[in-house]
Amino acid sequence: MKIRFHFIPLLALLVLVASCGKDNFTEPKSTLSGQIVYKGEPIGVEYNQVRLQLWQPGFGKLAAIDAQVDQDGSYSALLFNGKYKMVVPKGRGPFKTLEKDAAAKDTLFVTLEGNQQVDLEVMPYYMIRTPQFAGAENKVTATLKLEKIITDASAKGIERVSLFINKTEFVSRATNVSVTDIAGADIKNLNAITVETEIPALVPTQKYVFARVGVKIKDVEDMIFSPVQKVEF
Amino acid sequence: MKKIFYIPVFVMLLLSWGCNDDEFLNRPPTNILTEEQVWGDEGQVLSLLGNLYNRYVDLGNFRDFERPGLDNLTGWTRVADFNEAFWSESGRYKEFQNSGWDLNTWSIWDYGYIREMNLFIQKCEAAEKLSPEVKDRYLAEARFLRASYYFELVKRMGGVPLILEPMTYDFSGDPTYLQHARAKESEIYDFVIKEADEIKTKLPANAAEKSRVTQAAVLAMQARAALYAGSLAKYGVNTPSVSLPGGEVGIPATLATGYYTKALNAAKEIISGSVGTYSLYNKKPDLSENFASIFYDKANNPEVIFADDYKLQSGKVHYFTGSNQPRYGAEEEEGGRINPSLNFVEAFEKLDNTFARIPTTNAAGAPLYYANQTDIFEGRDARLGGTVMLPGTTFKGRTVDIWAGFQLANGSIVSGDDRGAQKTLPGKTVPEQVVGFDGPIDGFEFTAQTGFYLRKYLDPVVGSGQRGVNSEVWFIRYRYAEVLLNAAEAAFELGQPAAAAGYMNQVRARAGLVKPLVAAEITFDRVAHERRVELAFEGHYHYDIQRWRIAHIIMDGNAISAADLSKDLGKATKRNTQPWALWSYKVYEPGSPNNGKWIYKPVKLSRVTGADRFQLGNYYSLITDEVINNNPKIIRNPNH
Repeated sequence: MKIRFHFIPLLALLVLVASCGKDNFTEPKSTLSGQIVYKGEPIGVEYNQVRLQLWQPGFGKLAAIDAQVDQDGSYSALLFNGKYKMVVPKGRGPFKTLEKDAAAKDTLFVTLEGNQQVDLEVMPYYMIRTPQFAGAENKVTATLKLEKIITDASAKGIERVSLFINKTEFVSRATNVSVTDIAGADIKNLNAITVETEIPALVPTQKYVFARVGVKIKDVEDMIFSPVQKVEF
Repeated sequence: MKKIFYIPVFVMLLLSWGCNDDEFLNRPPTNILTEEQVWGDEGQVLSLLGNLYNRYVDLGNFRDFERPGLDNLTGWTRVADFNEAFWSESGRYKEFQNSGWDLNTWSIWDYGYIREMNLFIQKCEAAEKLSPEVKDRYLAEARFLRASYYFELVKRMGGVPLILEPMTYDFSGDPTYLQHARAKESEIYDFVIKEADEIKTKLPANAAEKSRVTQAAVLAMQARAALYAGSLAKYGVNTPSVSLPGGEVGIPATLATGYYTKALNAAKEIISGSVGTYSLYNKKPDLSENFASIFYDKANNPEVIFADDYKLQSGKVHYFTGSNQPRYGAEEEEGGRINPSLNFVEAFEKLDNTFARIPTTNAAGAPLYYANQTDIFEGRDARLGGTVMLPGTTFKGRTVDIWAGFQLANGSIVSGDDRGAQKTLPGKTVPEQVVGFDGPIDGFEFTAQTGFYLRKYLDPVVGSGQRGVNSEVWFIRYRYAEVLLNAAEAAFELGQPAAAAGYMNQVRARAGLVKPLVAAEITFDRVAHERRVELAFEGHYHYDIQRWRIAHIIMDGNAISAADLSKDLGKATKRNTQPWALWSYKVYEPGSPNNGKWIYKPVKLSRVTGADRFQLGNYYSLITDEVINNNPKIIRNPNH
């Protein structure tokens, strides 16, 4: 019996080791990363809402590799070396993509060899400037300016400006503990916007929240956001 | 040993001796019917048609919805989405913890089905042995099914390739001649409307026929399709980014009046009685029971125009009652999955045609006490009790035991965490039941977590909730009340509010709302509200808010606070992102006049953490990469 007790774990180990076959593919090793920017400034979005698509032609049927854009406008994808086309799905993102020429349209051609940084330059409808957050007893106040970037025929109005707060640094429409909206019609001066929201009772208690301001543009799905800021109160 | 070998050889020789080779080798197969056999016999053709009928795709129904390459959508979930109900099953709480729906949640793309319908039509036309009347009817039925499927496709996917004959590959290595581009959205609707016009005269006008297509069913489909097209044309301007430059998605606003007129005329034709006598179901004196009976009374039901029929012991039965029966006294150890939300319950008007929240507190915020558990719901639209199983009402002769606990004088609550749990109340010595056998218990599956169960479609027949028996309640695809409401909406949009009020008042009177609405009271909100409460859990809500382009406003991703709950009642765009609950408590205050009375509290369930957002990309579902790879002429839907 004693021998058997030693024998069983050894056998189990053998089975485990034996079933680790060698894969006949090497795993992808090159990281493509970067940010969505306007004139070098990152564009904040909601996490898991805006995505880039990477298409790699030349291997038969096509399917996009999705790269989700993070809250600070950054993205990354682990890929095989090769030639990729990077696009933003039509209608997504709080911005317009830039068309280089009639043939390439807004596609960005990336030749990946090793890790690479590629920033995607876009044209946002608005930019949030100088967002300031201040915490007080049970409330957070944000002041900001909005700069209208697109002013031609395709310009769009503001539907609302919202201040979101959350217990963690993931702050979005879907995850927040409190939100206050100002309708676009009520905004008279783009250079002086103030939003205030109350902090509800937090369980467990914490003396800080994370805040960010988002702007919903009319007829555009995704909102543009300020950076997330930790606010003590 | 040799003997053993010889004996079988001898036997085999003996057997093969008597055979006529030709006859032996040319036997007709017993498991396959040849083309001539099928198309030479009316019964065989009918069973082929039966197969096509069975693959009909509904707005929502009791059957699991199979989606190639995706999870099945479970039958009972299909009618109860969009926060009209909470799903009391542990595996499904995640639907209330995410923030919306995948772009491919409602995708369909079954061109195999379309090909088989096209093949049927082609071969039926060529069949010579069928009598002309039968052949005409079969052809009209197949064309109805095809038009219905195109209607379903255009609702979910926008304009799709319109293929009207079976295509065959010639193995030349070049399939481009099989690839067709998407038609315009309006072209698909035009096709559906035109088909209806062409086939209706070839079908019987027989109100007793429910499961096969009749003239009334064709007209009902036409009215619905034309109404959808009209509202897409009218309200498409509200979401300019949900459109494609080629018209595959989006209908020009100028076409709206034409479509609405078509819808109104088709509905009027049914209402006039020229295609069979249909009327609102009005057999029972208790209006709530009457409303519930529409869905399970299959004997001479004058309201049903076309239904997906089921039959016990035939193999075609469903388990909807089993999935949703009250858990206490259920015929299986499960049930209670669909829990209608408080948001939905509050949408039902009072008998004086006004909207009001369910009164749990007075203006000062003090709780209101009720002698009976059902008193709080008194004086409301009878459809509330017919659609929702309210606490204190009965099913299959048993009162549902829904109450959350005892409320003590000091404001504290005594409750339990198991169905029918027992505890000793202060001042007593013997433990007693402190929570209902049907819950509500937060996070306890199959109990009425929102405080309500669903009543619509639940089969009162004994055995309906048993796995081995199941239910034969049919799923009604078109009924007379919807035709009236379609007529009302079309008339309203065409600037005839008096006519609209006339149609709506008929439906409302059946629900006990006898004070008629006058023309001036008919607004878009009224029309939308009437459809929401009359056609709840029938699959309409989804496509209604979609075609009015208000889904992204109703589900905007913001959580619902207690104050929001009773705001904007009766408004079509009222926020509906999370299901709320309403829990009842028994008051335990010995000596006080309130002892033994009931109070109610709105509750946000702990399992509801997400708030739904209907993305612009949800308006039209995803066409998969697989489809686009096979046919590069297909363009993507907006926002995908």
